[in-house]
This record gives sequence, structure tokens and C-alpha cells, in this order.
Amino acid sequence: MTTHLGLMIVFALFVSVVFAVLMRDDLRDQLRLFGRLFAGFVAGGIAIGWLLYPLPF
Amino acid sequence: MREKAADRAQSGVSPYLVGVMAWVVPGLGHLWLGRRQKGLIFLVALVGMFACGLWLRGRIFPFQLAEPLVALMAFADLGMGLPYLIAKTLGVAGGEVVAITYDYGNAFIIVAGLLNMLVVLDAFDIALGRK
Repeated sequence: MTTHLGLMIVFALFVSVVFAVLMRDDLRDQLRLFGRLFAGFVAGGIAIGWLLYPLPF
Repeated sequence: MREKAADRAQSGVSPYLVGVMAWVVPGLGHLWLGRRQKGLIFLVALVGMFACGLWLRGRIFPFQLAEPLVALMAFADLGMGLPYLIAKTLGVAGGEVVAITYDYGNAFIIVAGLLNMLVVLDAFDIALGRK
């Protein structure tokens, strides 16, 4: 749970929920935006992690 | 929804009072304006995120104007309102710099405060009848 990936997923979950509820009024729209944001945060975090992996610092 | 907000605005509730309520207890502004689903989700998500930050040994930063970044983080932390004050009062806001999760905890606490500021602005706009 307290791995970098696990905490990144929990963080993405909280932020996605708040943004989705803040930006949409309809439940279906909220769920759709939540899914997009959450997937984007997690996939983006993993992608950036892989891009940074070869860097020496 | 729009009618509910308009009703509240016409009932004489000051948007500034709604903003203060939304700041003190995350989600309370939306609950007061009749947006129960949003208010409850904000309450659970933001308080949960803040509590996670404390559990991860994050710190509530002091206002040190000599250190601009620390002052900015302190300002962001302040966005949580009552949970911030409770954590300070209970003495659980000191953090643990040597904990491996210290920086993660700080990120959770800071972002929870910043998100609540957005929620406050949203409640303020609803109370004004803009949304």
C-alpha cells in the first residue's frame, strides 16, 4: 500500500473524484470524467516514470 | 439544481457565508446549498485525503515568510479549515521527516487544501447563482 505506485494510485483516485464531481453535475458525466482522469493520471504517471528511468539523477 | 441555488441566493444567505462554511468544513457549502451528493463526496474525499496525508507522516507547514516555498505550502495546508485546526490542536501535524512516506504525506495534505479552495470557489459561485 505504501509503495510509490500504490500511493500514486490512491492520490489519483482522490484527485479524480474531486475534479469529476466539481466539473460535472450529472452522475453519468461525473463517472465518465472520473474514469478518464483516473486512467490519465495513472497511465501518465507510469509513462513519465518510464521516460525518467534512464536518467542518471 | 439551478432553482435550488437561486432559491438559496434569494433567501438572503450571503455567498461569503457559504464560502466560509465551505472552507471550515469541506463540502458544507454544497450541502447548505442543497447539493447533497457533491457535498458528501467532497467531505469524504477531502477529509480522507487529508487524513491519509497525516497517516503517511506528512507535516502541516508553519508560516515562515523567510522561506517562501514553506510559506506557500503552509497557505495550501490552511485550505482545509477545521480538519487543519483539529490536526494542529491534537498535535498530529508535526510530521516525521525521516519517515519514508513523509513527502507523499505532504503532497496529500497540500493538495487536499488546494482542492478545498477550488470547492470553496465553486460553492461561492453557486451561491451567487452563476452555476
